[in-house]
Amino acid sequence: MKKDTSAVWKQAIRTGLIGGSIVLLLALVGIIGTFKGRDIISGWISMGQILFLAPIFLFAYNAARRAEAPSKVGTILVGAISGLMSTSIAAILYLLGQIINLRAMFANASPDLYTMLTFGQGPLLGVIILLLAGVLIGAAGAGVLLLPSRIRKALSQAAIWAILLGLLRELLMVVISRWGVVAYLIRWIFAQNGLAPHGAIVVFLIIGAATYWSAGRKRVAINNLPPQQKKKRLVITLVVSGVVLLVLPLVLGIFFSEILDTVGLYILMGLGLNIVVGFAGLLDLGYVAFYAIGAYTVGVLTSPELGLFHLNYWQAMPFAVVVAVLAGVILGLPVLKMRGDYLAIVTLGFGEIIRILALSDWLKPWLGGSQGIQQIAHPWLWGLELKNQTQLYYMILVGIAIAGFIAWRLKDSRLGRSWMAVREDEDVAQAMGINLVATKLLAFAAGAFFAGLSGTIFATKLTAAYPHSFSLFVSINALSLIIIGGMGSIPGVVVGSLVLMGSPELLREFAEYRYLVYGALLVVMMLIKPEGLWPEARRRLELHEAEELAPGTAAQPAPNNAGQ
Amino acid sequence: MAVLVSKKVTKRFGGLEALAKIDLEVKEQAIHSIIGPNGAGKTTFFNCVTGFYTSEEGEIFLGDRNITGLSPDRVTRLGISRTYQNIRLFKNMTAVENILVGMHPHLKSGLFGGILHDPRTMREESEAVAEAMRLLQFVGLKGKGDLMAKNLPYGQQRRLEIARALASKPTMLLLDEPTAGMNPSETQEMVYFIRQLRDELGITILLIEHQMRVVMSISELVSVLDFGQKIAEGTPAEIQKNSRVIEAYLGRGAASGLGENIPVAA
Repeated sequence: MKKDTSAVWKQAIRTGLIGGSIVLLLALVGIIGTFKGRDIISGWISMGQILFLAPIFLFAYNAARRAEAPSKVGTILVGAISGLMSTSIAAILYLLGQIINLRAMFANASPDLYTMLTFGQGPLLGVIILLLAGVLIGAAGAGVLLLPSRIRKALSQAAIWAILLGLLRELLMVVISRWGVVAYLIRWIFAQNGLAPHGAIVVFLIIGAATYWSAGRKRVAINNLPPQQKKKRLVITLVVSGVVLLVLPLVLGIFFSEILDTVGLYILMGLGLNIVVGFAGLLDLGYVAFYAIGAYTVGVLTSPELGLFHLNYWQAMPFAVVVAVLAGVILGLPVLKMRGDYLAIVTLGFGEIIRILALSDWLKPWLGGSQGIQQIAHPWLWGLELKNQTQLYYMILVGIAIAGFIAWRLKDSRLGRSWMAVREDEDVAQAMGINLVATKLLAFAAGAFFAGLSGTIFATKLTAAYPHSFSLFVSINALSLIIIGGMGSIPGVVVGSLVLMGSPELLREFAEYRYLVYGALLVVMMLIKPEGLWPEARRRLELHEAEELAPGTAAQPAPNNAGQ
Repeated sequence: MAVLVSKKVTKRFGGLEALAKIDLEVKEQAIHSIIGPNGAGKTTFFNCVTGFYTSEEGEIFLGDRNITGLSPDRVTRLGISRTYQNIRLFKNMTAVENILVGMHPHLKSGLFGGILHDPRTMREESEAVAEAMRLLQFVGLKGKGDLMAKNLPYGQQRRLEIARALASKPTMLLLDEPTAGMNPSETQEMVYFIRQLRDELGITILLIEHQMRVVMSISELVSVLDFGQKIAEGTPAEIQKNSRVIEAYLGRGAASGLGENIPVAA
């Protein structure tokens, strides 16, 4: 299909300008500066440079893809123009920076940034090089489009892996220090700072070749497999992932266990919130309240500091969960008639009320006020005190397994269908004979159950509960991870939690920009992939039935005149 | 014998009287139509019967039972089921799941059954799915069960909505403009299908319809509403000749000149 040529150029220019604006944003916010010191390939390229170049490259690729230019030269040209536009924005930033002092407004518009933009050359030569680089990078981005898709896949996978390995070098070093001989092999690909150049080549070759090979194989979707094979594959997957999860903290060590614990607690919370928001469609912004109630109840019941009760963790935990569930029902009752935005506002208030109560002087004798509760008991199991990150990891894992199982079973049950019907259309759901009161309260209670459980583990892990641990951001994190993972999807909760809670822990530099990245990620997700990273899959009942029922009994032959 | 009786049902919205003392009797296993110009109160009447609205005055009986003011879920459990003027399926659920939700009142499993999968729950679920398959076949949607409701074409969505309504095993079905937006051949299929519902399943049918050709060919009795009042009732032939009905549809001037020429396929 031929497009109007002027429209194609306009498109290329526009795409390039957007890419340039993103570079501008990354630079002025300071992300590029933060990562400047992080070499990906030692002495060759740093993460800062990648963050500077990648948007230009990707947007040029995109511009070329959309343009659908008939000739190869045309495609490359579109990419080059897009790239030129992107870097011209950077050039304007540089020139502007020479004339007026941008630093008064943007602390990150530093001489260092300007040096990077001009590749260390003078003003005139630097700008020319910058623009030329834009043309080349843009052309390269468009050039990738001309490659066969197998090679393209191999290249992109290899690049992603190289960047990941380079970024996570330090953490990997800590991990592999326990691995003996393997450690030597892996160390060989790294330099003091990032990947060694020869290491980068090796990674590129290995990952690229592996991707190239696997992309050529025919894949059969698991749903289209014959049932026995499907079952076999499912069992293998479960066993393998089970074993991996069990040995993970032993292989990775304490630091990673700590991260996994945080991620795990959010998975547990997310599984609960997923029932409330994802299944039943009740937008709950005060979800942290139940997490806090779980934590504080365990604190009150076990802490000798308060001296109110002297239960151990296992005795206190059921109480804490029950209290959280009751709180869920109590919150549920007044909001039964509310929908959408109104519900969100009221639940938001509820979350804040709980936090402020915990902080108040009024309840200080019981909840400890701003000092919180210390000396919360660790759980004991067969004479062993579960106190370090690895031990607690297993406890959280068991919690997730139980919660995941319950959520998975409920999803396809009569109750799960009622929840989804309420989410889709409350009035019609009621007209189908669904009792709205019971259905909504059960959703709130189930959500509170998991959050309460998660809160008890959080309290015992910290051996303390402070009011400031239960701010609104916990609710927002939990909600964001569900949206990123995919509303109503159970694997989506795990993926979302790993991405949102895990990656900032791995990349400490990012922690500063956490909420900026969240916001950007949410917007991008809504635009590009609104169903989430791992969207919910509906169960296929009809196929399933056809296999199980013998042909004679499959369906009573109801005469069907309609349609003839 | 009358299945559904409404006695002087009145519904007001602010100062507007949407329904004024509507008396209506629907005979068992009848196909009874309600017609009337836009805004006459037809759907409001449906909403009063099914418990979406509570009428200010009057009473509604299902058999001997007074159902005035009951909530929609209770009314459904007593055997009245409905479809909607603008299709209201659960869009992000599959066709089978839509029907399974319709079966809700007849299933028993609760929270723990759903989690533990005890034998009773499993039996109930597999029977429910089998029944849903039968309903799918009955409405001519065999093979579409695993599609999302929103991905079905318009005509099939209408059928699925009826299948969902049938899933609650109603004694009475309220259809709100089942042929709206359909082409003539689809409409013809729907007419057959509605007859089939009555003849084979013995369900009493009350329907709101705009296409006069449909109303005249299918109904045994037609009630006409205009500005919230019942202005006429009778067999299709009687209604076609009724001057008040013609007036309501075409205005006073037209009534004298046009005689029995009621707008066909409005």
